[in-house]
Amino acid sequence: MLSLSTGLASGACRLSCTLAVAAALAAFPALPVYAADTQVNIDNFTFKPKDLTVKAGTAIVFLNRDDIPHSVVETNGAFHSKALDTDESFSYTFTKPGTYDFFCGLHPQMKGKIVVTP
Amino acid sequence: MSDDNTTNKIDRRGALECMIWAGTGIVWTLSGGVPKSSQLLGFGAAQAAEKKTAGFSFLQISDSHIGFNKPANPDPLATLKEAIGKVSGLPAKPAFMIHTGDITHLSKPGQFDDAEKTISETNLDVHYVPGEHDLVDENNGKAYLERFGKNTQGSGWYSFDDGGAHFIGLVNVGNLKAGGMGSLGDEQLAWLADDIKGKPASTPIVVFAHIPLWTIAADWGWGTEDSARALELLKRFGSLTVLNGHIHQVMQKVEGNVTFHTARSTAFPQPAPGTAPSPGPMLVPADKLRTVLGITSIEVKHGKAALAITDTPLASA
Repeated sequence: MLSLSTGLASGACRLSCTLAVAAALAAFPALPVYAADTQVNIDNFTFKPKDLTVKAGTAIVFLNRDDIPHSVVETNGAFHSKALDTDESFSYTFTKPGTYDFFCGLHPQMKGKIVVTP
Repeated sequence: MSDDNTTNKIDRRGALECMIWAGTGIVWTLSGGVPKSSQLLGFGAAQAAEKKTAGFSFLQISDSHIGFNKPANPDPLATLKEAIGKVSGLPAKPAFMIHTGDITHLSKPGQFDDAEKTISETNLDVHYVPGEHDLVDENNGKAYLERFGKNTQGSGWYSFDDGGAHFIGLVNVGNLKAGGMGSLGDEQLAWLADDIKGKPASTPIVVFAHIPLWTIAADWGWGTEDSARALELLKRFGSLTVLNGHIHQVMQKVEGNVTFHTARSTAFPQPAPGTAPSPGPMLVPADKLRTVLGITSIEVKHGKAALAITDTPLASA
């Protein structure tokens, strides 16, 4: 009985939250489009997605799916991963709004950009 | 084939260049200024039998990538051992060996240990330059320099003389900039200018570095953004041979007095520019792998104008 009532309660909450988000979106239709997920994959010597906009406080996971190591280096030194071997990842939480250009320290032709909004 | 304006010349160099492309291996002979190349099987063997002039040869190995374990070659230590076996089996003992970088895959101590132990079995002096894979330890290259940095400058560059030629090992894989290619940097270029000051223009010069010092594919990072500055410093020399690795395949370009050449890897092949979505390891059938891996021998002959380069695969096609 207890578990059933909990389930009902959380279901009700989900519904109200969804309604609240929908209401917020309707009220501010010009909001920037935020990334649906917070993962950047490295495939075929390319960061995917290459450009991403996230809210401050978002953690981004960079996952290397190539069979050669890559790294993630922010151009102005904000962060710097180690060399990521295949299936290794690096996570960074973007607390400060701004534009972060990054590249691969081993293959600098690989570039990407993350815009962090307040 | 390179897309420079020398490729369509049907002269000796052009013909030799084409041979290299079709070929199974290249030996560099340093003979007085103009590099010369020959295939190891067939013509090259005949030529070797024909003359035993005074001079010497040295070897180039590259891109051993110890620690790599993906399908393109699950065991690059085994293929390095085979390459070293080829070196040890050469009829004439080379003067020394150069390794043009990516000794390891991830700069780990065990990877350096395995590579060094195998390579030392030749009992040859080995002159290393780092590849980008050799500088990815936590301290950005300290592990490499602790092992191979003795008597070097900056991030590991140096020069030495042997057999009447001047050898210059450069580092173009450190401190790479976003959007760029390989880079030598101001400090190293200033050192280079000083290093060659006062040397007679007749001195044969051999420059070696990991990433090619000519642009092969900019979108793949296969070039060095300030290599023109180095070549400008070296242009007064009558014989300049530039030996690189990084691209895991044989390519050669001759431009005036300068011969550019890249060696095969001993670990895995990479695609020719434009033939694949990325320059990553190329998977070939297991029984073909050894035909696309190999070593390079460079022969230095006195009183002649050329180096002869022979690239030898681990197995014939």
